[in-house]
Amino acid sequence: MMKRKLLALALSAMLFPVAGSALAQASKISGDVVKIAVLTDMSGVYADLGGKGSVVAAEMAIEDFKAQFKPKFKIDLVSADHQNKADVGSNKVREWYDTQGVDMVTDVLNSGVAIAVAKVTTEKNKIMINAGAASTRLTNEDCAPNNVVHYVYDTYALANGPVSVMIKQGKDTWFFLTADYAFGHSLEKDATAVVLANGGKVLGGVRHPLNASDFSSFLLQAQSSKAKVVALANAGGDTINSIKAANEFGLTKSQSVVGLLTTIIDIHAVGLQATQGMMFTEGFYWNLNKETRDWSRRFFDKHKRMPSMLHAGAYSAVTTYLKAVQATGTDDTATVMKKMHDTPINDAFAKGGRIREDGRMVHDMYLVEVKKPSESKEAWDYYNIKQVIPAEQAFQSMALSRCPAVAKK
Amino acid sequence: MTEIFGVPIQALFGQLMLGLVNGSFYAVLSLGLAVIFGMLNIINFAHGALYMAGAMLAWMGMEYLGIGYWWMLLLAPICVGLIGIAIERLMLQWLYKLDHLYGLLLTFGLALMIEGLFRDLYGVAGQPYSIPEEFAGAFNLGFMFLPKYRAWIVFASLSVCLLTWYMIEKTRLGAYLRAATENPQLTQAFGINVPLMVMLTYGFGVGLAGFAGVLAAPASQVGPLMGSNLIIVVFAVVVIGGMGSILGSVVTGLGLGIIEGMTKVFWPEASATVVFMIMAVVLMIRPAGLFGREK
Amino acid sequence: MNRRVTIAYLAGLGLLLLAPNFIYPILVMKVLCFALFACAFNLLLGYTGLLSFGHAVFLGSAAYVTGHALKVWELPTLVGLLAGTVAAAALGWVIGSLAIRRQGIYFAMVTLALAQMVFFFFLQAPFTGGEDGLQGVPRGTLFGLDLANDINLYYLVAAIFSASFWLIQRTIHSPFGQILKAIRENEPRAISLGYDVAKYKLLAFVLSAGLAGLAGATKTLVFKFATLTDAHWHTSGEVVLMTLLGGMGTVFGPLVGATIIVTLQNELADKVGSLVTVIMGAIFVICVLAFRRGIVGESLALYKRMIGQKT
Repeated sequence: MMKRKLLALALSAMLFPVAGSALAQASKISGDVVKIAVLTDMSGVYADLGGKGSVVAAEMAIEDFKAQFKPKFKIDLVSADHQNKADVGSNKVREWYDTQGVDMVTDVLNSGVAIAVAKVTTEKNKIMINAGAASTRLTNEDCAPNNVVHYVYDTYALANGPVSVMIKQGKDTWFFLTADYAFGHSLEKDATAVVLANGGKVLGGVRHPLNASDFSSFLLQAQSSKAKVVALANAGGDTINSIKAANEFGLTKSQSVVGLLTTIIDIHAVGLQATQGMMFTEGFYWNLNKETRDWSRRFFDKHKRMPSMLHAGAYSAVTTYLKAVQATGTDDTATVMKKMHDTPINDAFAKGGRIREDGRMVHDMYLVEVKKPSESKEAWDYYNIKQVIPAEQAFQSMALSRCPAVAKK
Repeated sequence: MTEIFGVPIQALFGQLMLGLVNGSFYAVLSLGLAVIFGMLNIINFAHGALYMAGAMLAWMGMEYLGIGYWWMLLLAPICVGLIGIAIERLMLQWLYKLDHLYGLLLTFGLALMIEGLFRDLYGVAGQPYSIPEEFAGAFNLGFMFLPKYRAWIVFASLSVCLLTWYMIEKTRLGAYLRAATENPQLTQAFGINVPLMVMLTYGFGVGLAGFAGVLAAPASQVGPLMGSNLIIVVFAVVVIGGMGSILGSVVTGLGLGIIEGMTKVFWPEASATVVFMIMAVVLMIRPAGLFGREK
Repeated sequence: MNRRVTIAYLAGLGLLLLAPNFIYPILVMKVLCFALFACAFNLLLGYTGLLSFGHAVFLGSAAYVTGHALKVWELPTLVGLLAGTVAAAALGWVIGSLAIRRQGIYFAMVTLALAQMVFFFFLQAPFTGGEDGLQGVPRGTLFGLDLANDINLYYLVAAIFSASFWLIQRTIHSPFGQILKAIRENEPRAISLGYDVAKYKLLAFVLSAGLAGLAGATKTLVFKFATLTDAHWHTSGEVVLMTLLGGMGTVFGPLVGATIIVTLQNELADKVGSLVTVIMGAIFVICVLAFRRGIVGESLALYKRMIGQKT
């Protein structure tokens, strides 16, 4: 008897499985809530670059949007720490999409995590507006223009400006110290291309794990290479530690050390004394104009630090997304994506920004030089803007795109 | 003459130096493991975590109390030793009669707890700890750049190893210790307080780990994960050396450090695995380890 | 008694089939993968008395091989699973042959060290994708069913789990299993009885590694990726904890332990952050100090005491 009942139960379970995902509603907002998620590194080497600051920026975006547009729908914000692990990140996002009804995920720094999350996002047909990761793979080999926007910067934009300037100064042999994951590989590849294009030579490279504790042996390998430039294709805490170890082993006496992804957060951590004269590409600087100053001071009041380009980007990304939802009256992925592609972006972060068909958001970038301590007039006054790189030149041109979805068109 | 086998002399000696530095850490840590194992028959998985705790304590002393490097070099190992004594009294002592594997499991759990606690408090990124003024800068030896602090690490850890060896092999206390290791019941019968010795041994062993932690603090980032990767290499070192002799574990530790450093010059890809490969070879040829006796 | 056991099994099976209707299927599949992993591990620790501290490497290697087979070679799903399992068993043979040269604590350290070596190999090998992991592994189809559907996949995972569970049961109660237990209880005696202990140990090791591999291969299918986390020593520690908490040397212990640990991690991850590790460590300590038979072991002991049997 028992057996038969159980069998029947089991069979019925097999025959009538409950579909996990809610059906997409094309016409209005699912669950009457627009749910935005910030996935970032809360405790690791990139926590200062994105981390809680990105959550603060997203909250600001939602408040400002509510105040300005008085939307009829509710807006929810959730956040999580991906610990810089692709598996943790993509599991979290999968769960968000499956069980919590998240519509859009942003920040997603760390390229390895970002590429994994992009795959889940495409599979579940949701939206990722990536403000944090740098790898150009997001708009090339791993592009997903229907679901992914690459918002703030990428490794091409980072490599382009400073590398050509340095080669013009006669520093034409390069050695790479590369963070051993998607981002580092991407940055090394893009920078190598620029070095070669400008007639320079790459003598070698060494890869280090993310969040390495001791860089000295890597830097000794860089020293063995006798290259004129030791390029750091890493970020955050890793860049800071590489610069320190380079000083300890006397590398800086014979070779120039250049951090390809350096941000205002790193300069703040190391100090102007050790970083003056460094040149790199930034996507945002708080002291550009009145609008950036006003926004950044508000951010400062909440977070006690000036924003990195990732923070400003997260603010802008959330705003852009919400505006598109407001304009179309739906959170349907295809509709919102089309609207975002069609609408130019004008806010504190970007002027005349535009999302290209490969998912790359193009906007002006800035080649900056770190001020001498004597030039700095106040706290966080760190940069001289050497050059504004116009949107069309800052990013890899569409003609070079390796994105299969674009090439087909 | 600035190159050997196509490698600039400066980089070659630099790597040799770093190998020696790593080797010193291997030596101090495997020494601590060996001392503890001899007395308690426990492999202390928490060794790496306590090494990290030593470094974190040094950093905390500087950050919160303004206590400098030299005082912390003394205080942190004592603190770690006291933590060790508490662990031994509260937990380990209940396990001596059981299978030795339980000791390994318990200390593994402790390692997770200590590591997780510091992760929760300070994140995984690591904190900077600056090199004490006396050792800032480097000697320029002409053929290489020798950072003063790294030289100090080698000197200090070898001195500690030597001191430990002397204490165990040449003093009365050491004689009691060796007796208690050989035959606890008999030693107890001679009126020596063996449980006290066991407690102090564990405290001393992990104190060594704490000392190594403080030494490591200025040389690298002080972070919660600094111990856990190291300890697995040290396990391999222990397996290679065998835990029979104190000098054996010191020599093995240093030797492997140097081999690892040289691998970084000539075959960088293998530098992370070379110690484990050597372990596999030793296991095939001499399962008891280079200096070990099969128990 | 026998009928009760049958009913218990059937109830378990029914629960297994119904679970995805109430619980997020991905989570249940994760539990099943880890339960299989823990059962395989228990075969070694609980029934042979060998503490391998590097078992995650079999989970990880199978995950990579299966992922590679499905994504790059585009093999059918079942062949991919098989490839992963065989690879893990082969690796188990290599590591096992080296490790059984030492006993007890040394065995644990040797397995840990060798596993770390393989971990570093995975970190550098091009086919694993290093720290990025192997992403976007297709699930493929089975008998015309699209496994991209979570429910379809769920029943495949449930079937794999049930079959492996049955296999482990059979092994434990076979003459081979009896010899393993004899080795656990008294190795010198087993040797004096004329058993080639090393051979039996190695066989148990390979079997355990292969089943752990099957768990890893299945896990790749569920999450569509294989990453270094699978092969990390933390995962090795987790499987020890699952087995210890549930009860080593019991049939259902690892299953219970895996369910509790995976659910706990899932529930707590967002709430307490890295304190999860502290909690895991604390469970370890408590188990070792006061709870060495684990949940199932202690319950069985309690049950036997209640009905008046000697434990």
